[in-house]
Amino acid sequence: MAKFDMGDDSVVVIIGSGAGGGTLANELCQKGVKVVVLEAGATQSNASFINDEWKSFVQLAWLDARTTSGNWRIAKDFAGLPAWICKTVGGTTTHWAGASLRLQEHEFRVKTHYGDIAGANLQDWPLTLKDLEPWYAKAEDKMGVTRTNGIPGLPGNNNFKVMYAGAKRLGYKEVHTGRMAINSQPRDDRGRCLQLGFCFQGCKSGAKWSTLYTELPKAEKTGNMDLRPESHVTRIEHNEAGKVTGVIYYDKDGKEQRQKARIVCVAGNSIETPRLLLLSASAKFKDGLANSSGQVGRNYMRHMTGSVYAAFKNPVHMYRGTTMAGIIRDEATHDTKRGFAGGYEMETLSLGVPFMAAFLNPGGWGEDFAWWMDHYTQMAGMWLVGEDMPRETNRVTLNDKVKDKWGNAVPNVHFDDHDNDIAMRNHAFRQGERVYQAAGAIKTFRTPPYPSTHNLGTCRMGSSASSSVCNAFGQTHDIPNLFISDGSQFTTGGAENPTLTIVTLAIRQADQIAKQMNARTI
Amino acid sequence: MRVIPIAAPSAADGACSEGDGQVPKLDLPLVRREFLKGSGVLMGTIAAGSALAALAPSSAWAAELKTLSTAEGQALMKMGRALYPHKKLADAVYALLAKDLDGKAGGDAATAKLLRDGIAALNKAAGGNFAKASAKKQLEIVKGIEGQPFFNTVRGQCITSLYDNDMAYATFGYPGSAWEKGGYITRGFQDLKWLPAPPLDASPKPWFG
Repeated sequence: MAKFDMGDDSVVVIIGSGAGGGTLANELCQKGVKVVVLEAGATQSNASFINDEWKSFVQLAWLDARTTSGNWRIAKDFAGLPAWICKTVGGTTTHWAGASLRLQEHEFRVKTHYGDIAGANLQDWPLTLKDLEPWYAKAEDKMGVTRTNGIPGLPGNNNFKVMYAGAKRLGYKEVHTGRMAINSQPRDDRGRCLQLGFCFQGCKSGAKWSTLYTELPKAEKTGNMDLRPESHVTRIEHNEAGKVTGVIYYDKDGKEQRQKARIVCVAGNSIETPRLLLLSASAKFKDGLANSSGQVGRNYMRHMTGSVYAAFKNPVHMYRGTTMAGIIRDEATHDTKRGFAGGYEMETLSLGVPFMAAFLNPGGWGEDFAWWMDHYTQMAGMWLVGEDMPRETNRVTLNDKVKDKWGNAVPNVHFDDHDNDIAMRNHAFRQGERVYQAAGAIKTFRTPPYPSTHNLGTCRMGSSASSSVCNAFGQTHDIPNLFISDGSQFTTGGAENPTLTIVTLAIRQADQIAKQMNARTI
Repeated sequence: MRVIPIAAPSAADGACSEGDGQVPKLDLPLVRREFLKGSGVLMGTIAAGSALAALAPSSAWAAELKTLSTAEGQALMKMGRALYPHKKLADAVYALLAKDLDGKAGGDAATAKLLRDGIAALNKAAGGNFAKASAKKQLEIVKGIEGQPFFNTVRGQCITSLYDNDMAYATFGYPGSAWEKGGYITRGFQDLKWLPAPPLDASPKPWFG
């Protein structure tokens, strides 16, 4: 591992080592750029991952204090846990399920396609699917996405069999085991999926792509990366000219450090990224860095989500095998005849007994609840994930009343469901139940959203500096050597699981950063 | 994952046998010494032939309380069963709830008071002894306090105490960790036979080299 000096102002500092930060680090290192990666979490490994839901949660999840407000049910059931994302080397790519879908053409231009929707802050992305296609192809190859690059699909598990049978009986056309960044056969020095059923707990076989054991070791091999785990960044500094000059962070011994930088890239996920920009407010930038538009922290999206579980007369054992290798794509289109704009995906999902008890119906109890747990082995499950509406009032702000261990205001996540989100969720619940009824379900259940894993939009990209935070390369409009490198960049959310697009944007951003460094424009 | 210490109080020869590795071994004389120091003890037996019989070295179990009394522990067990009534789930699992709440009470006087006052109110509502009331009456009483802090504390604790332990796994048919067993690639991840198999374009065959 390279070691760069704290005073070395020629390095690129990347905050976060997940899908955005980890990918960006490797891409830059491959181009010969010196990179310091500051990761708040500690290092785990395939060997240290735990096939136990609560223990793994404690090992991987971001559990620093956060607060919530708004009419979403999360604020009531999980008031201190708005998001289920990770604080560990590799970030949430340790926890993600592997679903790797490209956004659709129309989802980059929702303002054009959907028109104005009251209470929604819609904007077209400053780029199109066509612009991204070559970069998507690179990302799919890098991640080894099944059903691309000649990689076969994963074999379907029992949970998929139930989904498939019901979906086909209902008339759905596009139903298969998905495009998954999980090896169906050995590739890139990683083995094939062992069907462990613990995708969310860190993949012990390494079949699932995670920056922890792909991008980061590759970056390390170049000799250009200095990765510092347990390094929590609290402030980005700038000079009189308004360029960022470095970051302040607390290292693993709790000691305050200042790392100088030529460029700073923020990839802390869509809650910590805007929080850090807001915490970095100064006399020059009173509302926080890169916030002349006032959009930092706004337009927080978390996807329309929900789950349907169904019980059958016969055993299913849904927990066996790849958690999310199963998808119905027919509802992902934009078709307002259904009573809402945008679309949603239906994907297989299962929880173990411990998390089923926690998430099936938070706060629930009594005979009905017990009935579901009693039928655990006979259950099938699916996750519903669709486009939610960006709203200026759904936002991450600093909560000065609650401080973290470094004395900084914790983030508050405010979210009110938009009517469009509610209409879509109700439609998705109904269709999910119909799928299972068609497969012979004796009972179905509508499970409310889990704490968010898809956190998006809080530093959105756009063509106008007055209504967005960064440009099409994630470069902030206000500060040319400050980049947003995670899902915070998303202008709108699309219906698809966002990791593939985050990785795609990071590869493209690395190319742009290297070009600008060579041209000495930053 | 946690398991309730399952001990055979009548055994005189020290340690239990290891069983199949899922139940930790207990030094019985030590357990007895701790019982003497404790404030209460919950005991029971596991039905022969139940899913748990294989997990336990003995059909008898015991759980020590350090702050709450035996009667208070029994009331919490019954409240747990009123909240999450699983016919197949052994009392030993509900004893875990009492033990975990007792642990919280031991670390925090406010929680101890909340629990003691709550249990006293349950008893009062039952006309003396909540644990001895009928299941119907117990449910009625628990419903009456829904949403109150005592209710929320006990209900919230149930989620991890009742459902995150080996005995619950065995009862509900969840095998837990799959890594040591090589996952399910050769152990039935697609063994469902009561629906037609999807075609190969939707679900290709697994790779075996």
